[in-house]
Amino acid sequence: MSEQVILLAAVVVLAAGTYALRACGPVLRERVRLPQRAEEAMTLAAVLLLAALVGTAALTEAGGFAGWARPAGVLVGGVLAWRKAPFVVVVLAAAGTAALLRLAGVP
Amino acid sequence: MRSVRRTLRTLQGDLARDIALVLLADGIVGVSFGAITVSAGLPVWLPMLLSVLAFAGASQFLFVGIIAAGGNPVAAVLAGLLVNARHVPFGFAVGDVLGRGWRRWAGIHLMIDETVAFALAQREAERRRAAYWACGVGLFVCWNLGVVLGAVAGTVVSDTAALGLDAAFPAVLLALVLPSLRDKTTGAAALVGVAVALVATPVLPAGLPVLLALLALPIAFVLRGRLDEPAHVREEASCPSR
Repeated sequence: MSEQVILLAAVVVLAAGTYALRACGPVLRERVRLPQRAEEAMTLAAVLLLAALVGTAALTEAGGFAGWARPAGVLVGGVLAWRKAPFVVVVLAAAGTAALLRLAGVP
Repeated sequence: MRSVRRTLRTLQGDLARDIALVLLADGIVGVSFGAITVSAGLPVWLPMLLSVLAFAGASQFLFVGIIAAGGNPVAAVLAGLLVNARHVPFGFAVGDVLGRGWRRWAGIHLMIDETVAFALAQREAERRRAAYWACGVGLFVCWNLGVVLGAVAGTVVSDTAALGLDAAFPAVLLALVLPSLRDKTTGAAALVGVAVALVATPVLPAGLPVLLALLALPIAFVLRGRLDEPAHVREEASCPSR
């Protein structure tokens, strides 16, 4: 088999597997009637995962420290969000802070 | 068509603007994904096909990174699937916004961090549904357009870090989950979850550390059980004054 065919097969398997992972929740949910407590647990689980994504995406890159500019930007965005600043302000401030710090030579 | 119009009406104002900003930011990241993949010497069709079929940014970057470094395609697939495993709990959390029939099968494909976060941040069922679909369809279009542009035009935006876009992604998710984190038990559990994920990051393969944050789930329930009663008492006590 040529390299391109193997690569194509890999893409298709990744895509099919990803779709299956995404389908698990919606398909299984329908089969079983869930108690209120389980519904709460699932929302909470999603929040915990998203929070962990925030933490790891803000601080790490390829298993190591991401440098100071990125977490500093996310921190500025987080403080603004905590003080109930508009979403657009939060995101632009986070990106702007990281960009300016890098311009100033902070990694 | 009626449901499309209803979605658009629900979306007016802040929510539409917020989603538009995320679409723009992710579109630019898509350009960089296309450019990085092609400049690593991989075929032009690879980033485009991955983006349409897999439609999961983090796993796409990881997959291409492993292949570009000469890694085994099987390893690249497994790494990508591990990163995408968080969609299982996501699916349980947002399964109710997908609707029925063909719409549900399409909605499943649009399940990504941003759509889940936008949906969970809305209180009413109608707004959850509208946010999920608008963000999902919009991101699918913008992400794929960005990737095509990057793959064809090459290194236009090779360095999204210079624009601070790597800080924008966590900031987007943070802004969307923060209202949930203001709840003390959820906030405490999330802090533990983040700590577990961060400690695990240097030693475990990508994707697994984030899943380990679910270990904090029982903590939230234990805390809630303990805090529940006083909270009820407080609520009842403050009722007459309202």
